[in-house]
Amino acid sequence: MSDIITKEQIRQPENLVYSKTKLLTDKALSYCPGCGHGTAHRIVMEVIEELSAQSETIGIAPVGCSVLAYEFMNIDMQQAAHGRAPALATAVKRLMPEKYVFTYQGDGDLAAIGTAETIHACNRGENITIIFINNGIYGMTGGQMAPTTLPNMKASTCPYGRDVATMGNPLKITELIAQLPGVHYVTRQAVHTPGNVRKTKKAVRKAFDLQKENKGLTFVEIVSNCNSGWKMTPVQSNKWMEENMFPFYPLGDIKVDGQLIK
Amino acid sequence: MTEEIIIAGFGGQGVLSMGKILAYSGIMQNQEVSWMPSYGPEMRGGTANVAVVISDERISSPVINSYDTAIILNQQSLDKFESTVKPGGLLIYDPNGITHHPTRKDINIYTIEASEEAGKLGLMKTFNMIVLGGFLKLKPLIQPEFIHKGLEKSLPARHHKLIPENEKAIEIGKGLIKAVQVL
Amino acid sequence: MKELRLMKGNEAVAEAAIRAGCDGYFGYPITPQSEIMEYLMAQQPEKTTGMVVLQAESEVAAINMVYGGASCGKRVMTSSSSPGISLKQEGISYIAGAELPCVIVNVVRGGPGLGTIQPSQSDYFQSVKGGGHGDYRLIVLAPASVQEMADFAGLGFDLAFKYRNPVLILSDGVIGQMMEKVELDEFKPRFTKEEIAKNTPWATFGKTDDRERNIITSLDLDSAKQEKHVTHLSEKYKLMEENEVRFEEFQTEDAEYLIVAYGSSARISQKAVDIARAKGIKVGLLRPITLFPFPKKPLAELAKQVKGILSVEMSLGQMVEDVKLAVECKVKVEHFGRYGGIIPTPDEVVAALEQKIIGG
Repeated sequence: MSDIITKEQIRQPENLVYSKTKLLTDKALSYCPGCGHGTAHRIVMEVIEELSAQSETIGIAPVGCSVLAYEFMNIDMQQAAHGRAPALATAVKRLMPEKYVFTYQGDGDLAAIGTAETIHACNRGENITIIFINNGIYGMTGGQMAPTTLPNMKASTCPYGRDVATMGNPLKITELIAQLPGVHYVTRQAVHTPGNVRKTKKAVRKAFDLQKENKGLTFVEIVSNCNSGWKMTPVQSNKWMEENMFPFYPLGDIKVDGQLIK
Repeated sequence: MTEEIIIAGFGGQGVLSMGKILAYSGIMQNQEVSWMPSYGPEMRGGTANVAVVISDERISSPVINSYDTAIILNQQSLDKFESTVKPGGLLIYDPNGITHHPTRKDINIYTIEASEEAGKLGLMKTFNMIVLGGFLKLKPLIQPEFIHKGLEKSLPARHHKLIPENEKAIEIGKGLIKAVQVL
Repeated sequence: MKELRLMKGNEAVAEAAIRAGCDGYFGYPITPQSEIMEYLMAQQPEKTTGMVVLQAESEVAAINMVYGGASCGKRVMTSSSSPGISLKQEGISYIAGAELPCVIVNVVRGGPGLGTIQPSQSDYFQSVKGGGHGDYRLIVLAPASVQEMADFAGLGFDLAFKYRNPVLILSDGVIGQMMEKVELDEFKPRFTKEEIAKNTPWATFGKTDDRERNIITSLDLDSAKQEKHVTHLSEKYKLMEENEVRFEEFQTEDAEYLIVAYGSSARISQKAVDIARAKGIKVGLLRPITLFPFPKKPLAELAKQVKGILSVEMSLGQMVEDVKLAVECKVKVEHFGRYGGIIPTPDEVVAALEQKIIGG
């Protein structure tokens, strides 16, 4: 039939409907199938490509699943010690204020071991963008309890569920740093549906644009799944995320133009 | 020539700055100097002391345990440092507030009534320069022109107008120094 | 003529760093080195040379700011005192692993723990044997005067960039707090963008089309590659041992006995040598200026000449182990030290020499 195209035809440039940004390398992602990291990587790199900012951007990824982000992001990258990315980013931006500087951090990194670095970089109003992937678990080390693990949620170091009486409450670090005057823009997004991907990309673009205007710190949280750590299929994990994570970590803008959203 | 000096008193008496002016004047006279303070919590409201060495040669140890000269401005410092003066050395002290006077017979002891004089003249800020004058009278290690340059270097520019007052205090000190005979 | 000033060691290293073209200082207050950041903040070098001075939220953050800045090919530094340097060890290990140049100043105080704020030399092991995790070495410079505090800022940056390796200036409370005469160098310009691209092509200053992306990392999950990397580091350390040993000898020509001491202990020991010589004891002094690389060869040479060696340190005896290794036990080696913030007197050093080496 004439309206069906062959495998060869589909690869012709005129038939392409999507192509990977050249700011992602050709290396196969090391993330588990179904994980949101790959999409989040792509969004950030697409934004940098749109800004023609490959030569103007320094990325920093510390320890966690994204420790190997530099294998996939085709820009100059620094790999930081666990939790320390905002400290590195502070120095990079102070020493090269004309560059875009972003960190790409997980919840254990940003909200536990790196709490001090996160809060103080935010409080100083460093002109950097923090991309915060919150999946409520330590993915890389094999599914341990994270600062953002939900009450009663199971993880390898809380196999009977997070008991808030003994293990503390999940930390809403994003709401916390939004209170700081140095922080200009805070939003919480997701990447599990095309609509959410579009919104997240807009948010990342906005954060980078505001960074260029020296508005202060910009912070994009992406609530994501960890199907391996949560011991679910990708589809199950996305459903579980919508039903459990989103009520606790509601999506949407938290601070815009330096003003908290009620 | 090497002169090893300890200057000791209360924090706020200008002990450290007297040492600094002496050391800077030494540099101006092309000599080697070191200035080693006591530091830390004991300085806060308590005693302060500084060891100053002025020498024609490279100075070995800035930390010393016996001195050619001790300049003493309170009782605690007198108690602590009298025994550290080398035999034949010099001890200068302000007798104001001193109840237990020095007793050694193998050193040269002088008093300088600097705080009384400074109070009388309304020159409390240059009290330490009166004391320095007394020392320089006995041991003219540094020529007045280099003391002037040392003052210029030690004091911030906004205080340079006070240099004549400081130099006057040094001259006053030279006239106040008195030998003490230990019986 | 160079400019002469009376300065504290802490002030001298700060002023010299500005003059050496330092791009950034990141620190956290701790006695007895807080004057370094205080001096820099008062000077406001951002208005003259453009150098950034930032008070970090912790020692940990400060050393990681150094990591970030050094990754960009910039001349960056931090300073602290013993407990703070312990906090920095994680970052120092990463910096050594990622082969980044930087200068770290430790104005040592007595430990362990919070210890005392008075001078000590009890961080020798931490400085020359590692400190943080993994196989790595720092170039360790031990100033014995305020002048050397100033000189080693510039030298430290030169060596750090020559070897892509962190340089530690191992000072102590005496050298940091005392004032001496200093001759200051002329101002040296900071690196330009072009110089950074040319001299540190590995740095992260923005990927351009004419090169692959630059990655700063100390991670290699492939053990074979990691072994290769550590072997490469070891070859670098060997080169340092061949080319960068610095030391000073004092009255060693006819010496029958030898004192080995660094930093402020060397100053005290120099006076002890004078006192002992006046008593007719033929003693000399070897002062290691680099603690890593350690002056093994000159020590081995002197071991053939002297009857005994006294290692004088403000510690329980740390460098003495390297002295023994250097002389391969061919001559008697003893340690004398005061510690916990107590500074030995020259007389005590002479007495120890007489008791432990000459009489012993």
